[in-house]
Amino acid sequence: MVVFEKPHALTDAPFHYCPGCTHGIVHRLVAEVIDELGIEGRTIGIAPVGCSVMAYNYFNCDMIEAAHGRAPAVATGVKRADPENHIVFTYQGDGDLASIGMAETVHSAARNENITVIFINNAIYGMTGGQMAPTSLPGQITQTSPYGRDVNHCGYPVKVCEMLSELDGPEYLERVTVNSVKNIKNAKKAILKAFKNQVEGKGFSLVEVLSTCPTNWGMTPADALKWVDEKMIPYYPLGVYKDRSAAKEVEA
Amino acid sequence: MADKVLMKGNEAIAEAAIIAGCRHYFGYPITPQTEIAAYMAKRMPKIGGCFLQAESEIAAINMVYGVASAGLRVMTSSSSPGISLKGEGLSYLAGSDLPSLVVNVQRGGPGLGGIQPSQSDYFQATRAGGHGDFRMIVLAPASVQEMAELTVKGFELADKYRMTSMLLADGTMGQMMEPVELASLKVNAAPEKPWATNGTKMQRAHNITNSLSLVPEELEQLNFARYERYAEIEANETMYEEYLMDDADICIAAFGIAARVSRNAVDEARRQGIKVGMIRPITLWPFPTAPFKAAADHVKSFISVELSMGQMIEDVKLASECRVPVTLCNRAGGMIPTPEQVLDAIVKANNGGER
Ligand SMILES: Cc1ncc(C[n+]2csc(CCOP(=O)(O)OP(=O)(O)O)c2C)c(N)n1
Ligand code: SF4
Ligand SMILES: [Mg+2]
Repeated sequence: MVVFEKPHALTDAPFHYCPGCTHGIVHRLVAEVIDELGIEGRTIGIAPVGCSVMAYNYFNCDMIEAAHGRAPAVATGVKRADPENHIVFTYQGDGDLASIGMAETVHSAARNENITVIFINNAIYGMTGGQMAPTSLPGQITQTSPYGRDVNHCGYPVKVCEMLSELDGPEYLERVTVNSVKNIKNAKKAILKAFKNQVEGKGFSLVEVLSTCPTNWGMTPADALKWVDEKMIPYYPLGVYKDRSAAKEVEA
Repeated sequence: MADKVLMKGNEAIAEAAIIAGCRHYFGYPITPQTEIAAYMAKRMPKIGGCFLQAESEIAAINMVYGVASAGLRVMTSSSSPGISLKGEGLSYLAGSDLPSLVVNVQRGGPGLGGIQPSQSDYFQATRAGGHGDFRMIVLAPASVQEMAELTVKGFELADKYRMTSMLLADGTMGQMMEPVELASLKVNAAPEKPWATNGTKMQRAHNITNSLSLVPEELEQLNFARYERYAEIEANETMYEEYLMDDADICIAAFGIAARVSRNAVDEARRQGIKVGMIRPITLWPFPTAPFKAAADHVKSFISVELSMGQMIEDVKLASECRVPVTLCNRAGGMIPTPEQVLDAIVKANNGGER
């Protein structure tokens, strides 16, 4: 029998996430990758402000809690403090990364800052109780869009991977999800690549993970997973949006 | 005596920071302090350091937060509007007990204001750098030499007490050229930082840099502990200079450029036989309460000379317990009081408020 083993890079602290929330799955994938690359001792993680604010309790590597949206700037400082040794990742929600921290996101990508960004797109502000996010879908009902997101009033969702792919800077951008075993495997591959790129000095690597928030979507965990397939993926297609090294190999 | 070189105040700050072992600078251009960034941009790559122009003051202060978390000496500089943007970061640095040096070469405000010298960020620096209960050590140089010395001191105090030191200068001080002697600057190496988040190397439990504390009883204890440290600073690190105070009937309170102007006025008033002296706070926080309290025993009045609408005057009143009148002699919006204006104020005070 295979015993379910906890990755070393995760602490023993029990997650505080709601039942059916995919934050926990992504934490686990990140920790597995840290284990596989053997980089825990030189990794510094940056937690955001959002439901994953207490990620600093869950990872065994050194952890920093950043101000809302500022994780990429903090990561820039930590990375530049010791570029040869430090492996730095941020873990950010959509409000954190694509609203209040948009400038930090875009400019760290433009600088091709050699960091790894794990971006949890759950189309909502989870922590504050379900308000409209920059990634909430047109028509999506939230606490602050109670009649559905009206694009004529508050505009369109931000497609982060598509937007950043227009920059020359970033090394690697991929959108994945974790709503099925197959998709979790893909997500793991992408996260592994995003960390490996950093180890190899390749530069800014961002993995956008379409995630669920059953609590604030007002759904059962199972329905939430379905909603990712039916509503989110059509608007936010999965796939690689940029892979500079792969592109170079093709050219060569 | 060691060699003196002619330097701008802003450049002296930059070079002194490098001498103090700072190898990371982040900033966003704003007049009148951009020479610091320009100097760092030239020097840092030559000495294995890192100069990075940030996309905003917000990003810059958070890059500072990152380097400080990793346990290295780090700085940023800006001028008034940019310091307002750094307010969030200053609060987080305080909440996470991280050392850093932040330079504010002040200009006139509020809003976009102007680009001429000012001291109108005194309240912001000494009371409200950002949200929450916290202090910064605020250092006010009055010469280019002091810009260099207090930069080094700022790093040392920041490390010693795990907090932000703010060098509070103004446009005149930043642009002014004076001879400085850098060779004699004494630097204490940074202390060990076992709390730094710079990788566990699989040899210790993970460190966490954090300002979140959701249990009020615990957050209160953190605040108590921080304020105990602040009390230690008040007891041990207060700095000021007294000038002709022994027999003074009138006491000028002034810092930075205002103190230089006032000194001329004091000298002239003395020539006219008026017994006037000056207390020049070098630390604005902690404020040198003791000398003002002592002076209140023998002076008839205080005059607070400021490049603002009157901010330090509140601390002078508090320190002297309002036992004698405290008047304001000021200019604002980028204007500087002249020695004549200060002399007028002294003469008036000497005549018991009448000219
Ligand atoms: C400066 C600032 N503004 C607002 C907040 C309140 N706040 C906390 S979390 C959050 C939204 C987080 O949403 P997201 O980044 O999508 O993360 P999620 O909780 O969905 O994982 C907000 C607005 C804050 N902490 N700081
Ligand atoms: S509120 Fe949503 S995002 Fe936050 S833990 Fe619960 S399910 Fe997850
Ligand atoms: Mg979210």
